[in-house]
Amino acid sequence: MAGLTLGQAPTRRGRPSARRARRQRLFRWVVVAVLAVFFLLPLFAMLEFTTRGAGGKLSFDTWKLLFNWGQLSQTYPDLSAGITASAGLVVLTVALMLVLLVPTVIWVRLRLPGLRRVVEFICLLPLTIPAIVLVVGLAPVYAWVTYFLGGSSLTLTFAYTILVLPYAYRAVDAGLSAIDVRTLAEAARSLGAGWGTVMWRVVLPNIRSAVLSAAFLTVALVLGEFTLASLLNRSNVQVAINLLGKSSATMSVAVSLAALVLAFVLLLLLSLVGRGRRRAQEETS
Amino acid sequence: MTESVQVTGAAAADRGGVAVRLEGLRRRFGAVQALDGLDLDLAPGELVALLGPSGCGKTTALRVLAGLEDTDEGRVLVGGRDITTLPANRRDMGMVFQAYSLFPHLTAQENVEFGLRLRRRQAGDRRRRAAEMLELVGIGKHAGRYPHQLSGGQQQRVALARALAIEPQVLLLDEPLSALDAKVRVQLRDEIRRIQVEVGITTLFVTHDQEEALAVADRVGVMRDGRLEQLGPPSEVYLRPATPFVADFVGLSNRLPGRVVNGAVEVLGARLPLIDPLAAPTGEVTALVRPEAVDVVVDPDGPGRILAASFLGSMSRATVAMPGDVLVVAQVASARLGELTPGTAVRVALHEVPTPLA
Amino acid sequence: MSATVRHPAEPAPDPAATAPGGRSRPGRARLSRSQLGHARSLVGVVPFVAFVTVFLAIPTIVVAVGAFTGDDGRPTLSNLSALANGYIIDAFTRSILLSATTAVIGAILGALLAYALVTAKEGGLLRRIVTAAAGVLAQFGGVTLAFAFLATIGWSGFVTVFLREHLGIDLYSHGVWLFDLPGLVLVYTYFQVPLMVIVFLPALDGIRPQWREATESLGGSTWQYWRRVAGPLLAPAFLGSTLLLFANAFSAYATAAALVSQGSPIVSLQIRSALTSEVVLGQQNLGKAMALGMVVVVAVVMALYALLQRRTAKWLG
Repeated sequence: MAGLTLGQAPTRRGRPSARRARRQRLFRWVVVAVLAVFFLLPLFAMLEFTTRGAGGKLSFDTWKLLFNWGQLSQTYPDLSAGITASAGLVVLTVALMLVLLVPTVIWVRLRLPGLRRVVEFICLLPLTIPAIVLVVGLAPVYAWVTYFLGGSSLTLTFAYTILVLPYAYRAVDAGLSAIDVRTLAEAARSLGAGWGTVMWRVVLPNIRSAVLSAAFLTVALVLGEFTLASLLNRSNVQVAINLLGKSSATMSVAVSLAALVLAFVLLLLLSLVGRGRRRAQEETS
Repeated sequence: MTESVQVTGAAAADRGGVAVRLEGLRRRFGAVQALDGLDLDLAPGELVALLGPSGCGKTTALRVLAGLEDTDEGRVLVGGRDITTLPANRRDMGMVFQAYSLFPHLTAQENVEFGLRLRRRQAGDRRRRAAEMLELVGIGKHAGRYPHQLSGGQQQRVALARALAIEPQVLLLDEPLSALDAKVRVQLRDEIRRIQVEVGITTLFVTHDQEEALAVADRVGVMRDGRLEQLGPPSEVYLRPATPFVADFVGLSNRLPGRVVNGAVEVLGARLPLIDPLAAPTGEVTALVRPEAVDVVVDPDGPGRILAASFLGSMSRATVAMPGDVLVVAQVASARLGELTPGTAVRVALHEVPTPLA
Repeated sequence: MSATVRHPAEPAPDPAATAPGGRSRPGRARLSRSQLGHARSLVGVVPFVAFVTVFLAIPTIVVAVGAFTGDDGRPTLSNLSALANGYIIDAFTRSILLSATTAVIGAILGALLAYALVTAKEGGLLRRIVTAAAGVLAQFGGVTLAFAFLATIGWSGFVTVFLREHLGIDLYSHGVWLFDLPGLVLVYTYFQVPLMVIVFLPALDGIRPQWREATESLGGSTWQYWRRVAGPLLAPAFLGSTLLLFANAFSAYATAAALVSQGSPIVSLQIRSALTSEVVLGQQNLGKAMALGMVVVVAVVMALYALLQRRTAKWLG
């Protein structure tokens, strides 16, 4: 729009704001273009690498194999086991996060506002404890987990829930900050709702998109997790990729790209969810 | 300056402000013609208020004068000098924005010193001048505070001091009061006027609040669609609105059905003189009548009924239903609310003041 | 969900919901009604607290205590003094160097990109795409990223091959640097820049156009605006974001683990080798001491970050 009017207007040299706009546009496109090359090159390279056939020809064999589950689990049993474990971990971790974190955060807002800072501190604590440190402390805890629940990779759920706490907390907290929880709760209580009803029927529906973003972030994080899985001697898709890298680089690059695209789609959906909600609010106001 | 320019401010000429002239300004943003051939003259030391609804181009006019916005056509002259292409930072104009224009990392004192620092004034000189300005706007004791430690009204005072500290040729006020509470707004409004008269600086004041414009300005310009609808002293704009738009905008008006007969308009049985008898059509028209030009008289045989009465302070407002689905809003003394209960039979009498037509 | 907190048979614990003069027996209860209600509300956070205790507090304590415990279970400072060993000092130095380098590079490039975005139209396509992409790429670490760069500039990577075959340039004429610190710098930059965009963009958005206009109307040039207004205002946010980037790189493990298979140049890899072969050294708890050292570094950096963030919120919030 600005460009059009600039073009039509009688161009008078020395008009300061027009000159600045032009300078900024040039700067913008140079920066974006240079960085776009840096960020897109590895992605393109991955695609090229996985479609490199014998004699320099294009070949989609790797991708065909990746999407042929039966054959894949025969050829690379470790990989398919890792994928299965990651899928299970995604479901379990999202569930545990939803059950454990969301009600607690709402409850603290409603009934224990004095504890809000404490809960926030706890939830953000994992940010200052690198995963590699956490794994050192988790090793003895997981000895007990293995004792009680066995050594299944799915037990990683507990540790992963800790890892996603900061991200999920911030998402849910932002959602709660955007609504007036106190007034909503008081309104509902004055209409005869119990605390359970307030949380489940009043507050939760109002922070649906925040909970959804917490879930999306959890999925993205769990899909990319490597440190805990590898050092607690369990398996997931990242561990499998790493292992596979030593024998079949092409396949591990292909799985990497697929995981990345999946995360991309998830987080893109996330930003769409957020914006759809915002737009709806703008339209009603 | 033309003869019609009356400068009522005592300060006017003696301090020797500078004349400002906007000539045929045009500015288009996409599909919106923000300025459509705006002409405006400000006499030295005069305060002109530009009044109008949002999107009428008043802010664009001010920003063009400030150099923050380009024009497609037209010229800007200050003291007879064409500054149309001069960048904002060389125009020497003090500007007060709607809100949030103070630099948050500087104290009130440092904010006021800022413009002087850019002008490389001596530190001692700078400090003295800033203290003086803060004293002028009545905030001297808060000089060491940061913007977030000041109330909205105090922030705007500091912004005014900052704008004046550089001894600008022209002062530009872009809705400086619109973000404030009603009470602070009135207080600061009067103070802005006091300071402006004291300093004697030519000032353009942009606002959408008619009361504000009428209260502070030497002349008020009512804008619509990028042009001036009327420009004149507040009393003239208020009492003799040139167009229905102005009448509407400058105060709540009743729109009453009437008939033009022999250069006057007959409304609810009264004959009211017309503002502009020559331009008026004949026959059925809509007359614009102010609430304060309507008297309500309790009369058991009257044709009207009180529909509602609302208390607004010392004055109140009564709505009267007249036959033929005509509603008349009248301003009444609050002491009379007791007799004007809903359902009371009344008649209305209109003051014979020059009346515009819609 | 709320089973632990609701007691249907009892009156609502909220004082506001209790009828005045109802069943309260002021003489008997030591706790006031509101205190009682508060105590009962606390039940609601028990599952969360229990979980966090087991999987967050205990591991943290294990690390903290372990760092001061000898192989014999007695308290000792020998683990900490072992941190002074040359190879551990080297690892910390390299970690800090790597983190600082990538933080500064990431901060500068990210800030430039973020600024480019705010000069674009608000809500425009460019900004939406780049912020969404930054959100993904900032999380894009670990094994996937390592393999992305293997496919790009690994021995048979796309760029390596392209340069070798078409331009006759050998990327690795001075040795295979991808698997060493220079390689890590390049790879880390890939997630540092997007992270910077995400954390720095809000600060840039907090810069109000009025400040530039006020500066101009007061006679300031563009340079003066940056030097006296925008620069000082953004400095805390920029510094804070750089610190966050530092902590991010310092904590990273997976990318390095996947890329570096020989030796343990940085702390997180040293901890790996301590974990996987702790018996050999006869210093079981050395890993915990290193872990504690890491936490200390990250905690200090994050505290500084929080401090700067508060300043930013006051100015640009």
